[in-house]
Amino acid sequence: MTLPGWKELPEGAVVREPGNTVTISTGEWRVFKPVIIDEKCTRCRLCWIYCPDGTIIEVDDPNAPLGKRYEVDYEHCKGCGICWKECPVNAIEWVPEER
Amino acid sequence: MVKMVRKALTTNYAVAHAAKDSDVDVIAAYPITPSTPAAEKLAEYVANGELDAEYVHVESEHSAASALVGASAVGARAFTVTASQGLIYMSEVLYIASGLRLPIVLGVASRALSAPLSIWGDMHDIAPLRDAGLIIYFVSSAQEAYDSVIQAFKVAEDPRVHLPAIVDYDGFIMSHVTEPVDVIDREDVLKYIPKKVTWNTLNPKQPISIGTVGDPDYYYEFKYQQQVAMENAVKVAEEADKEFEKMFGRGYGLIEEYRMDDAEVAMIAYGAHAGTARVAVDKAREEGIKVGLIKLRLWRPFPTEHLMKALENVSVVGVLDRAMALGAPRQGPVVKDVISMYASDPSKAPKVASYALAIGQRDVKIEDLVAVAKQLDEFAKGKEIPNKTICIGLRE
Repeated sequence: MTLPGWKELPEGAVVREPGNTVTISTGEWRVFKPVIIDEKCTRCRLCWIYCPDGTIIEVDDPNAPLGKRYEVDYEHCKGCGICWKECPVNAIEWVPEER
Repeated sequence: MVKMVRKALTTNYAVAHAAKDSDVDVIAAYPITPSTPAAEKLAEYVANGELDAEYVHVESEHSAASALVGASAVGARAFTVTASQGLIYMSEVLYIASGLRLPIVLGVASRALSAPLSIWGDMHDIAPLRDAGLIIYFVSSAQEAYDSVIQAFKVAEDPRVHLPAIVDYDGFIMSHVTEPVDVIDREDVLKYIPKKVTWNTLNPKQPISIGTVGDPDYYYEFKYQQQVAMENAVKVAEEADKEFEKMFGRGYGLIEEYRMDDAEVAMIAYGAHAGTARVAVDKAREEGIKVGLIKLRLWRPFPTEHLMKALENVSVVGVLDRAMALGAPRQGPVVKDVISMYASDPSKAPKVASYALAIGQRDVKIEDLVAVAKQLDEFAKGKEIPNKTICIGLRE
């Protein structure tokens, strides 16, 4: 892939497409990953609130209790462990990454 | 003709006046000697309604510079004054302002750096900022300071440049000395520097990210863009000065040559001591020494071509530096630039004598610089130039 030269790049390294970090995979940074145990989850939403990177995804699921289910966006979860720490019912396990 | 009013102003007040006449939108300042009266005067202008600007009372110079980055990033004309430790404390953010290509303008009342603690004037504070990507003017009078602040906005905000700029003046020797200054009506100043935001700004209607990461695939290109902007700034600064002269009748050039036409030896000086050197040149000329003076006005970008042309027929040049460069081959920031101008073809170079003077505001007399002129004449006649910096006024 040919990268743009200095004449083509925007002044001051500004990024003109907002929200483009979704295109950058940061999941490879993880050493541990959170794994949500759906049966234990009370749908309190604390993991969703606390995740600093917005990688806990709330999924509508009519078959799930309260119509919601929580998933982790492993493409962007950096493995900080905040969700695991904050979960009041230990519904998140902290599992070593194996690659 | 444009209307001018003559006022008695210190350089601090002249700089504040120029910022007011440039209709700055945001000032963030943390007062530090010897620039404090400029910060106070700006606060007074805002308080009494003479200037419609936001004056941000910050807790440090680091915050002052940071607040201005934010202000400039939303399109404000942003200004501050500082000196010495304050400038060094700001420097982290000033590199960022340059990298973000924000046209902030600063007045710096240059002062020594601790330790030992010194509140007195010299150029140790500005010297390390030479590589930070800032346009740096050295001025030699309150009038020149006033005019240069206005010109600095013109150059900094030019789309070919978009870099922060500093107008540097001597602590105390200039900052606190009252001189006559012809000030221009704001209306006329704004004809010269109309308020037009041409740089990248944060705008909810067209969102962009500022302050992004430059990984090894990209960082280099952005640094090179800054270098290109610097190269452009030589021409832009020259144009800005010519346009200023056309509108207001005062021009300075990027360097100012004095009695250089038939000069065999020359001195390069900057800041307040360029005035002392000018008188010394006259005195030395009376004694038959064919010496001239080049006052360096624009330090960054360095006016290489202008200087090389001015020095074409000179056999020895003495550079009067106002800061030590500890551990370097020569003890001065400017002398190193002068020497490196000739690096690709040393055969074109005059011999270069390096002088340090006025360190920590050590007094420099006219006779000291007449002695320099005489020494340069001796060097021209074959006396060996010491392979190190000559320290004027240093006690053994």
